[in-house]
Amino acid sequence: MKILVCISNVPDTTSKINFADGDTKFDTNGVQFVINPNDEFGLTRAMWFKEKQGSTVHVATVGEVSVEPTLRKALAIGADEAIRINAVPTDGLFVAQQLAEVVKNGQYDLVIAGRESIDYNGGMVPGMLATLLDVNFVNTCIGLEIEEDEEDKVTAIREIDGGKETLATTLPLVVGGQKGLVEESELRIPNMRGIMMARKKALNVVEPIDAIQGTEDKKFEKPAPKGTVKLVDSDKIEELIDLLHNEAKVI
Amino acid sequence: MSVLVYTESENGKFKKNAFEAASYAKEVASLLGTSAIAITFNAHDNESLGENGISKVLKVSNEQLKTFNAKAFASVIAQAVEKENAKVVIVSSSADTKFMVPILAARLKAGYAPNVVAAPESIEPFTVKRTAFSNKGFAHTQINTDIKIVGVSNNAFGQIENKVDIEIEDFSPNIDDSSFLMKSIEVDKVVGKATIADADIVVSGGRGLKGPENWGMIEELAEVLGAATACSKPVSDLGWRPHGEHVGQTGKPVASNLYIAIGISGAIQHLAGVSASKTKVVINTDPEAPFFRAADYGIVGDAFEVVPKLIEKLKDFKAQNT
Ligand SMILES: Cc1cc2nc3c(=O)[nH]c(=O)nc-3n(C[C@H](O)[C@H](O)[C@H](O)COP(=O)(O)OP(=O)(O)OC[C@H]3O[C@@H](n4cnc5c(N)ncnc54)[C@H](O)[C@@H]3O)c2cc1C
Ligand SMILES: Nc1ncnc2c1ncn2[C@@H]1O[C@H](COP(=O)(O)O)[C@@H](O)[C@H]1O
Repeated sequence: MKILVCISNVPDTTSKINFADGDTKFDTNGVQFVINPNDEFGLTRAMWFKEKQGSTVHVATVGEVSVEPTLRKALAIGADEAIRINAVPTDGLFVAQQLAEVVKNGQYDLVIAGRESIDYNGGMVPGMLATLLDVNFVNTCIGLEIEEDEEDKVTAIREIDGGKETLATTLPLVVGGQKGLVEESELRIPNMRGIMMARKKALNVVEPIDAIQGTEDKKFEKPAPKGTVKLVDSDKIEELIDLLHNEAKVI
Repeated sequence: MSVLVYTESENGKFKKNAFEAASYAKEVASLLGTSAIAITFNAHDNESLGENGISKVLKVSNEQLKTFNAKAFASVIAQAVEKENAKVVIVSSSADTKFMVPILAARLKAGYAPNVVAAPESIEPFTVKRTAFSNKGFAHTQINTDIKIVGVSNNAFGQIENKVDIEIEDFSPNIDDSSFLMKSIEVDKVVGKATIADADIVVSGGRGLKGPENWGMIEELAEVLGAATACSKPVSDLGWRPHGEHVGQTGKPVASNLYIAIGISGAIQHLAGVSASKTKVVINTDPEAPFFRAADYGIVGDAFEVVPKLIEKLKDFKAQNT
């Protein structure tokens, strides 16, 4: 099985978010970039398929040269090859079109993306990608088993509001993954050997194809600072109920 | 030209977000000088959408579409877009809808702005304000394509009374069998309980509650309020609560009217995921807990004393107010 893991390069979750150039750009100053957490779960599940079922695992990112350390990290975790599509990833539809081209050219059986990037929170690339490729799609995927035979049977579990749903499908397939694909404790930190090996692995750069740019973020804004909290004495809980009823009007 | 809105229903009943999306669609339609048309799937009471400004419903009644199927729903909505020559499509932000919309957008080659919190700032170019960076910021996003899709955040725009005459038209789209290649084998779902995505009130517990055996009072509080229960990440990682309850930047987002955080410190990743909630209440023993700086109301105190009292007082309040 040939697997492509789509990786989005995002600010570390502890990052303070600031904007630059008259609030038209995300300020990357002092920000540490990481593999998008949802993609980390997907990459780890892909490693499992590599080790248990002999799969080949490639990773791909649409981004400028600055994303390469993140791709190297994925190689150090164990991916076999990396692909960087040399374009600024400003819009989900644009990114999906670029990735679709990579998937077609590389003939991947399984594409694992994340449910959502934690930066622009589009939550759209995997579904768009599956549609452009006209293949099956499971979103918010929290479990994935694949029997590799003539039928390539897939059992996938997806999270739904208030529970989960088990689905039967086949390859080729795109999943939008998240925690649950593997557990938090199974995530891997690159070791020295992995980091050394990653240096010798291929990181191929391809140029983008012409594609529709569906949206453009023109300007950014930080949330207004929060007013101070109103404290209620723990002996006067009826005051809290009164505030929630009469002031906030939420109960 | 028209504005089309997908109004979500469950077991025939519209969800609250359907009325919010309808209200938003009416607003956009007014800005564009056109009318707002809704597409509904096996919904009863289609006329009620007229209260929020919908002047026409494309009513789909189809057994195969009784349960949600992202690909099939996207295909039907795409047909409605074509039939009504819709230039703007309005959708909600429920989990199912977020699953479906990217499929629709790719089919229509439409730009999609999710998590939108206000009416369009401009129509030409078409610009909307949405949350980004897990609520640590907002983006003013321009949609460039001929057909535009706007995903409205829960509890952001609200339901707006705007009664108009409404016409109901039966709509029989082509159903593509390839949508049903994926078979649902089992659905394991808690029924009759509010879910984090839809609930107006979410009651959430953190590591300060010490262990899973202490969740009885959280559930009781949630029950009194008709709320969904949630938890911080370590609580689900420790197996005290199911993964589906983990909220925050890497868990489920919460955009409820009221969020009550009990024994949760308020780490940046937690706040990022819940700060879209309108009103936040914190109960924590530590007055220095960061959550107090992000909350509207707070009680400095021991959850094991405060929560039972709160439940009791709320019961009294409910008894007087119903
Ligand atoms: C990559 C990454 C992603 C993350 N994503 C998320 C996420 O999505 N969601 C999330 O929640 N976290 C996330 N975290 C974890 C986050 O950093 C915090 O560790 C976590 O939110 C803390 O959970 P907590 O507040 O329940 O526990 P603690 O930080 O241990 O806080 C417990 C609180 O309970 C209070 N307390 C103790 N006893 C009582 C009592 N009797 N009554 C009342 N209060 C009491 C304490 O004063 C304290 O403030 C992430 C971390 C990383 C590194
Ligand atoms: N620039 C990108 N390059 C590669 N994959 C991406 C990129 N952006 C998003 N993805 C993938 O799509 C998922 C959802 O992203 P998004 O639609 O941006 O929320 C991510 O978790 C990634 O797997």
